[in-house]
Amino acid sequence: MNLLLAGVNHQTAGVELREKLCALLPEAEVSYPLLLSYPEISEVLFYTTCNRVEVLCVTEALAEAQATLSAFFARHPAVTPGALADSLYLHQDQEAVRHLFRVAASLDALVMGEPQILGQVKKAFRLATEHQATGAILNRLLHKTFTVAKRVRTETGIGDHAVSVSYAAVALGKKIFGDLKAKNVLLLGAGEMAELALEHLQSQGVGSIVIANRTLERGLRLAERFGGEAVSLEELESQLLNADVLLSSTGSESYLLTREQVKAVMRRRRQRPLFMIDIGVPRDLEPGINDLDNVYLYNIDDLKEVVDENRERRREAAVQAERLVAAETLKFMDWLKTLSVYPTIISLREKAQAICQAELKKTLGHLGPLTPEQEQALLVMTEAITNKLLHDPIIFLKGNHHRQRGEAELALVRRLFNLEEVNREEPPDKDQA
Amino acid sequence: MANVFLSLTLLAYYGASALCIAYFLAQRESFCRLGAMVLAVGLVCHTAALALVTWNLGRLPVATLGESLLVFSWTLVAAFLLLFWRFPIRVLGALAAPLAALMVSGGLILPAGKGNVSPLLKNFWVLLHVGLTFMGVAALTLAGLGGLFYLVQERQIKKKRFGFFYRRLPSLEKLDALNYWCLSMGFPLLTVGMVIGSLYAQYTLGRFFSFDPKEILTLIAWMIYAVLLHERLTVGWRGRRAAILALCGMGVLIITFVGAGLWLGGYHSFASFSRQP
Repeated sequence: MNLLLAGVNHQTAGVELREKLCALLPEAEVSYPLLLSYPEISEVLFYTTCNRVEVLCVTEALAEAQATLSAFFARHPAVTPGALADSLYLHQDQEAVRHLFRVAASLDALVMGEPQILGQVKKAFRLATEHQATGAILNRLLHKTFTVAKRVRTETGIGDHAVSVSYAAVALGKKIFGDLKAKNVLLLGAGEMAELALEHLQSQGVGSIVIANRTLERGLRLAERFGGEAVSLEELESQLLNADVLLSSTGSESYLLTREQVKAVMRRRRQRPLFMIDIGVPRDLEPGINDLDNVYLYNIDDLKEVVDENRERRREAAVQAERLVAAETLKFMDWLKTLSVYPTIISLREKAQAICQAELKKTLGHLGPLTPEQEQALLVMTEAITNKLLHDPIIFLKGNHHRQRGEAELALVRRLFNLEEVNREEPPDKDQA
Repeated sequence: MANVFLSLTLLAYYGASALCIAYFLAQRESFCRLGAMVLAVGLVCHTAALALVTWNLGRLPVATLGESLLVFSWTLVAAFLLLFWRFPIRVLGALAAPLAALMVSGGLILPAGKGNVSPLLKNFWVLLHVGLTFMGVAALTLAGLGGLFYLVQERQIKKKRFGFFYRRLPSLEKLDALNYWCLSMGFPLLTVGMVIGSLYAQYTLGRFFSFDPKEILTLIAWMIYAVLLHERLTVGWRGRRAAILALCGMGVLIITFVGAGLWLGGYHSFASFSRQP
């Protein structure tokens, strides 16, 4: 029994290819019956996000399953085999487990540490269980995955720090104002950067939005989009009286606001805190403004520095996270390997019991009539002998399992007891859970 | 019996301090809640101990620095828990709880009172004077501790250096609101406490104000807070200046409480309480 993970992600495939492969796996109602119809696949789970398309399955026939999944992804009429061969990765067993852990812990993401992916994997797993596509192995693997992802999050703090300029601005705003609800935003200039930041601010539930732009027309258009109000740049100082957050991104060559102007405004504002973000290059706001009490001025470089620092923190956290993932992968593989020894243990016991029964029958024939107690005593004795003889080999199989030597040792035990003619059985707890 | 309760109090306060500091470091919500609970248990023991002592002495035990510390730490913890319940700035526990624990330790270590105090001081009005003043000072102490946090956090945001404290301290607006809330609670209490003391002095000693060191220093602290409150309400002083003034006020109050009580003499000093005023 093997694990196999096939798929493409943002690193191996462009968005066009990902879109096409995504189309191969539409709703769960269609996809799961299709995937389960392949005889090599006994358990299966797939998830598609904007950055990846991946299928994870449990198979008894690894080579066939590999061919099947490759062929499955090659079915799309517009996908050339060459392009697919370069992009598709097939991970087996340990690599597959590690890959899944890394995906769920957001170590394999475009922006490392962003938390959405875990929710997507959870949803995919729920769909898979609803369609009875998973069994004992995938159920256990996925539950383990969720624990690992959670541990990575809490123990390394990988998602704690904002890694985009807009997020960083929002995070800073929260440290100044507590939360941004009902805080008034004044926008200077109506550029693209401003739009992006405004979107973030609006998602925090800010209060009124006022847009001051040189050309009123563009300001009006943006104001309409965000449900704000457009004013001209001449009204800047009076508008500043009501604003809590000022976001500036004009192409102006000179400072739009000087220290003296802001100082005067602060007095009229009765010192209510003012958070100013200057993402214009060249700068729109005089740097000295930051020296005033209750005014916090951040320019694009300050914010970038925050972001870079946080990226660095995430990278450090990722090293720790990778170690955690590696350890958990090995633990899971150990569990998986103990599953693989069960068929051998069962055939060992069955063979011993068969020999016992046969020899007992022969002996009883020679001995002539015996009382039921005597017969029982003989039966108990033979069983005790076989059990005691088998005890150590079984302990060896269960316990002394070595990661690399395991397969060889298992084969040796099977040869030693000549078990090959006995059919392999399913793992004992296959249909539990 | 009172000593058993005081030991339990001390144990609870140190436990709560450990939990509050652990919360500050690890930012686990459960530590903080547990810390507040342990602190509340400590406060119950503390209340029982003070009630027993007051019953035995027939007066509030505030005749020595040690006794005063025991009473003051009670008001501080009570004020903190009230604040915690109404206005949750959780990290404040990391300063308030250890402070209370240290004060109770001091109260237990410092020598006990010599016994008899003037019957003039065994009076309901003195009890009210001390009680209200202590409550006011407790609230203003919390304002000062909040101010300390404000200054640290403000500096991090201004200098754009986001370290250890930036992540753990609450937002500036919250800390500033704490300052205002504590000030608007503490200042009236302190004022009423001082007025009652002054009226009682007029009634018993024949003068409102005796130019006693403790009286002068308290008046200075009162004026600092009066200025702060006034400026807050009129021109909207807040943030850094408010935090600095709250810290200054707290500094003067500490000098008043410890310094004037022990070394500067005057009829408010601890040494004079055992004698006839």
